[in-house]
Amino acid sequence: MSLTDPVVHDIVLVGGGGAGIRAAIAAVEADPKLTVAMVSKVYPMRSHTVSAEGGAAGVVKTENDSFDLHAFDTIKGSDFISDQDAVEAFVKEAPRELLQLEHWGCPWSRDPDGRVATRTFGGMSTPRTLFAADKTGFHMLHALFQTSLKYDRIVRYDEQFVTSLIVHDGAVRGVTAIDLHSGKLLPIYGRAVIICTGGAGKVFPFTTNASIKTGDGMAMAYRAGVPLKDMEFVQYHPTGLPGTGILITEASRAEGGYLFNKEGDRFLSNYVPTKMELGPRDLLSRAIIEEMEAGRAFEGKHGQYVHLDLTHLGEKKINERLPFVRELATKYVGIDPVKQPIPIRPVVHYCMGGIDTDINGATPLRGLYAAGEVACVSINGANRLGSNSLTECLVFGAWAGKHAAQYVRQGGSDSSPAPESIARDEWARIERTYLQDHKNGERIATIRHEMQDAMEKGCGVYRNGETIQAARDKLLTLRERYGRISIDDRNRVFNTDLTAAIELDFMLDIALAMAEGALRRTESRGAHQRRDHKGRNDQQFLTHTIAHRTEDGPRLEYRPATITRWQPEERKY
Amino acid sequence: MSDKMKKLTVTRYNPETDSAPRTQTYEVPYDDDTVVLDALNHIKDQQDGTLTYRWSCRMGVCGSCGMNVNGVPKLTCATFLRDFEGDITVEPLANFPIMRDLVVNMSDFMEKLKRVKPWLIPKEEKSIDEGEYLQTPRQLEAYRQFSMCINCMLCYAACPVYGKHQDFLGPAAIALGHRYNEDSRDGARAERNKIIGSGEGVWECTFVGECSEVCPKHVDPAAAIQREKLANVLDKIKSFILPRGSSR
Ligand SMILES: Cc1cc2nc3c(=O)[nH]c(=O)nc-3n(C[C@H](O)[C@H](O)[C@H](O)COP(=O)(O)OP(=O)(O)OC[C@H]3O[C@@H](n4cnc5c(N)ncnc54)[C@H](O)[C@@H]3O)c2cc1C
Ligand code: SF4
Ligand code: FES
Repeated sequence: MSLTDPVVHDIVLVGGGGAGIRAAIAAVEADPKLTVAMVSKVYPMRSHTVSAEGGAAGVVKTENDSFDLHAFDTIKGSDFISDQDAVEAFVKEAPRELLQLEHWGCPWSRDPDGRVATRTFGGMSTPRTLFAADKTGFHMLHALFQTSLKYDRIVRYDEQFVTSLIVHDGAVRGVTAIDLHSGKLLPIYGRAVIICTGGAGKVFPFTTNASIKTGDGMAMAYRAGVPLKDMEFVQYHPTGLPGTGILITEASRAEGGYLFNKEGDRFLSNYVPTKMELGPRDLLSRAIIEEMEAGRAFEGKHGQYVHLDLTHLGEKKINERLPFVRELATKYVGIDPVKQPIPIRPVVHYCMGGIDTDINGATPLRGLYAAGEVACVSINGANRLGSNSLTECLVFGAWAGKHAAQYVRQGGSDSSPAPESIARDEWARIERTYLQDHKNGERIATIRHEMQDAMEKGCGVYRNGETIQAARDKLLTLRERYGRISIDDRNRVFNTDLTAAIELDFMLDIALAMAEGALRRTESRGAHQRRDHKGRNDQQFLTHTIAHRTEDGPRLEYRPATITRWQPEERKY
Repeated sequence: MSDKMKKLTVTRYNPETDSAPRTQTYEVPYDDDTVVLDALNHIKDQQDGTLTYRWSCRMGVCGSCGMNVNGVPKLTCATFLRDFEGDITVEPLANFPIMRDLVVNMSDFMEKLKRVKPWLIPKEEKSIDEGEYLQTPRQLEAYRQFSMCINCMLCYAACPVYGKHQDFLGPAAIALGHRYNEDSRDGARAERNKIIGSGEGVWECTFVGECSEVCPKHVDPAAAIQREKLANVLDKIKSFILPRGSSR
């Protein structure tokens, strides 16, 4: 038998990144008796929050800043389809959360007087981004993880790969997870489930995202009947290293770096003249693509690129503020930014869309909550501002944890475990779907590469109806071919061939939701830019795309974005 | 990718079928940009899906991909094939139990991290409403280096003492304890030193210094250990010269 005896906790939390750990701590602090199972496919400190470099935004310093200003920057950045009530709630809570992290030991960079330091970030009108040199996510994640070790009621299930949500009688009752160490399926029951599994950048070939960012939680919720919101909005970061996609943080521009084309022009003056290098990411990524198409970019072995020049900042500043940038550029492209400009190009970075939640992190499925990059509240709308998402993990992670605890205190989803057959059926599904030995079956890597290629061609920085349609058709054939995969590994212990197959299965669902959303949104807004439908269409599309999963592919609905105090205006910088 | 080829001899161990670890040799194409981890991924994608290892970020910051490469503990995502003359051997990190192929069991390490109480225990309580604890850049600098540990465990794989005495707390855990001890906001050195200053703590270290050699993030755990030793001696001397109540 490949099932283990079930375990039971009050809350089952999937994900040990910034949002997950914050949610876990909030939940156990909200109720002194409650236990949380924190389930993660990697050890928590390996979560991709660790790679965030630039910083986390919040109005901690009020001298030249206000909640309204942070809210407006965020809303304008979102191209006016963030929900303004959610944004206002978010900016008000942000400073508290950033200070809480300080109290938990996060080594924020400091001003000479001992206060936390701030830097400017793209699309933010004033310096309000806290940072820990250029390893902000690393320090935040380790501070959170180390703090979580204090709480015995956070029970870790490390290296346990969640495969599905257990849903019974209209409420979520837990999850099933493959214990990588034994290879057996473990049912974990709870009265509430929180999903904090992060983004899905790996549906694209060229991304700053880690191998683990495969959209698992989005796909599991989607399969359990929970809609996905705004999936067509995928952020390209303007400055990734060619070849690897390793991120060179926006902080390098915040600290004064310049972008140059091969003619030596600071070309952004033609695109975002008032903000220049500190314009929002969608506009900068597009500007670079335009330069490439006009033949003004450099040609290298990994395709075209432009230059990010930091040489004028000097060695001292680079070492102090951007040591990781120096390390990464030197190691991975053999360029010391103190002496030479860094080659960069736009690269897939962040999913604005995700599981449909409200401000409390609640989803339409009873007992299910979500927070962090996996969720879409939405404060990010069509384009997230850099440094808002680490803060989003904290604010909405804490709220999801607190509200899940409250839900549990009020009874929660029925604690009597769902029928045992659910876990047995899940194991049968796993054997049937992934472990079948098809003669001459396809390798999963082949399908994965073709999917990534289709997404880049169809859903890149610029899109149009035909290319999106082609990507969508391709995804449908890949889904069909997926039925004939054959993996090499049929062993139990640490079977990463199996987990990679499941991740690919999840990604095919996510990719299709992205493509469908992109196809049907016949306008250009934020990160979604269509050459066949230029310009925003507020008449029709001041809305969120809500995708429901059906056997015939995504079924889309539209829901108006919440506008309170700020009316949409032309987005110029 | 160019058509240059490299041979990789990799440790294989499947607890379900093997009584002991063995090796298997693969050949992979590479160019100047190829890291050892890329080579493993190439094998897994194209040749042999059963090859098992951990990885995630591919940018040297998540700490997952540590392995012994030609006998030296390395982050495989930051180790380039171009830097090796001949064939390459890739083994699991030394000193840890092998779970499968290149994956080691790290439960002991996780347990040790927790034992040093790696969280801030403030000197004086302050509410969030009162704002941040002040800390000057110089005070931050006092512990910054020791806060850079990515838990990759390369130092444990290099440590001859840990190799012999598994109860030794080890370099990274002590460095982490030291990080909090040196933090101007923290006031729990005495508490932590019950563990760090114990028999399993700093005194097991014979100062070989291999840990700092292999550390990819320049944490210098050896220096942390030396400083904790010194602090412990000073504590002992202080407690020795303090006046004591006489027994009647
Ligand atoms: C290179 C880079 C730099 C960035 N820089 C910044 C920045 O400077 N400022 C900013 O605000 N934002 C930044 N971001 C964005 C931000 O870091 C992320 O959006 C955020 O960290 C996501 O955190 P999370 O907790 O939602 O998910 P993650 O940190 O990705 O954690 C996901 C967790 O879910 C677990 N999980 C996933 N699937 C499963 C499964 N099937 N079973 C069990 N567990 C599972 C994983 O193990 C992991 O623990 C950056 C992103 C990248 C990639
Ligand atoms: S001290 Fe260095 S080698 Fe040891 S775990 Fe930390 S980063 Fe790795
Ligand atoms: S894969 Fe993250 S450190 Fe190598």
